[in-house]
Amino acid sequence: MSDMRERAGGWEPSARQRERDALRRRAARRSTVTALLSTLVVTTLVVLAVVNTPGWPRVRKSFLDRDVAVASFPKVLEGLWLNVRVLVVAAVAIFFFALLLAICRTLRGPVFFPLRAAATAYVDLFRGLPLLLVLLVVGFGVPGLRIPGMTTSPVLLGGLAIVLTYSAYVAEVFRAGIESVHPSQVAAARSLGLTRTEAMRHVVLPQAVRRVVPPLLNDLVALSKDSGLISVLGAYDAIRAAQVVTSQYANFTPYIVAGFLFILLTIPLTRFTDAFARRSGWLGAQAGVAGGGALR
Amino acid sequence: MSEEARTSGEAAASEGGPVPSGPTSGAGDATPLLRVRGVRKAFGENVVLDGIDLDVRPHQVIALIGASGSGKSTLLRTINLLEEVDDGDIWLDGEDICDPRVDANAVRARMGMVFQSYNLFGHLRVVENVALAQRLVHKVAREEAEARALAVLERVGLAHKARAFPDELSGGQQQRVAIARAIVSSPRLLLLDEVTSALDPELVGEVLELLTELRAEGRTMLIATHEMAFAREVADEVCFLHEGRIHEQGPAAQVLTDPHQPRTREFLRRMLAH
Repeated sequence: MSDMRERAGGWEPSARQRERDALRRRAARRSTVTALLSTLVVTTLVVLAVVNTPGWPRVRKSFLDRDVAVASFPKVLEGLWLNVRVLVVAAVAIFFFALLLAICRTLRGPVFFPLRAAATAYVDLFRGLPLLLVLLVVGFGVPGLRIPGMTTSPVLLGGLAIVLTYSAYVAEVFRAGIESVHPSQVAAARSLGLTRTEAMRHVVLPQAVRRVVPPLLNDLVALSKDSGLISVLGAYDAIRAAQVVTSQYANFTPYIVAGFLFILLTIPLTRFTDAFARRSGWLGAQAGVAGGGALR
Repeated sequence: MSEEARTSGEAAASEGGPVPSGPTSGAGDATPLLRVRGVRKAFGENVVLDGIDLDVRPHQVIALIGASGSGKSTLLRTINLLEEVDDGDIWLDGEDICDPRVDANAVRARMGMVFQSYNLFGHLRVVENVALAQRLVHKVAREEAEARALAVLERVGLAHKARAFPDELSGGQQQRVAIARAIVSSPRLLLLDEVTSALDPELVGEVLELLTELRAEGRTMLIATHEMAFAREVADEVCFLHEGRIHEQGPAAQVLTDPHQPRTREFLRRMLAH
């Protein structure tokens, strides 16, 4: 803290202030040491507890086999590449579809009633349905219709199911953002002669989307894991690859490998989310409110 | 509009600015830019405007005074078509703007409105705030729109803040940007709604100074304000609103120092007590 202060105008901290700073530094050191120690103790206890269970040697053999891990790694990694591609394409599709749904739900006026009602019904429906159910219905039901030219690819159909479900959630996030933009912003835009649509596009939406970036990134992290659900349709993703190797070796280690890779995929995303939420300026006045430092 | 209030007029015309039509001029020597007749507006049971008659002639500055809830803001918002009137007529340049068939956006584009809480667009830089309507409403190319915006920002003394975001500015600076945003399209009429009420006392001066300069440029303004000294200095006429009606209208000096109506006297006494 004190080293961040400017020493402008020949200011030197008083003796009392130096004493306070020293006290704070000591307290900070003490909390770091306490945190480290307690983490160490808890981790040790948990590891000891697990390792000393009667079935541990067998579990260790079937879940943490080094040779199986090495053998499965390339295949699982290759599968994860499919997850990443599904994630990126689905995220973009969800963004635009959800935005469209959210705008439909916020439209006013009797002309738009059918759109508004349809969007509301859509959100109600797909938020209520379990994702797995939608995957199965779309993945096996749509090909069953035998529509000429319709894809039967499990990746495409699985991706479609994910987009359908996630859009319902993300639409609600967008709607919350749109409704959080104060009406006075619309009044100011309209007073300048902007039409309702122009005010929405140039004034409301840009601010709404910025405000909901942290929850959106949260949904992105969830999506990165749920992209693995397309494996139930037979798509050869990380989880499916792990499943195949597991049955070859009669050993569950590939699942641990897949889990490890998913964590590696989401950690950068979550860290990025946190950093982004902290970044001030871009998110508007609230992010950089002065004062309050010691209270946070 | 009380006739007796109109008769004792000398007032602000003596300042001798380039304002051609003073408050002393009798009715009808210049066609009103804005004509309001019998305007009524209620929100549910609450009648906010109860038959307002008002004329604003070109280059005239009229101050609306009155307690909170007297209908000043609502009157400005109905003129800007941000609220629909329940009854009555409003003409701008002879056009009946309450007709549902008129293009409300085109009408609004001919007026400039400044709000109490600035209402700048937080995601846009200062220069983009000012240029937005130029580009979208007046279909000016981006470079030209920004050039005009910069010129107006220069005018309000904020060209050096053009690339800043609104929340990096003081309240007074934000309000000056909002005024720049309102005048960049050369509106026929400026509507100012309590533009200094959200400002710290030491920031009020810079905004009032700017408005005084705008008056000297001959701009037509309708100003809702709590600043009595400012109203007296800058307004040709003052209207006192009480419970949705204009109780007294006349030259600023007369209404503010020698009001004829007991309601006005009562209001001014309370204002000065603070």
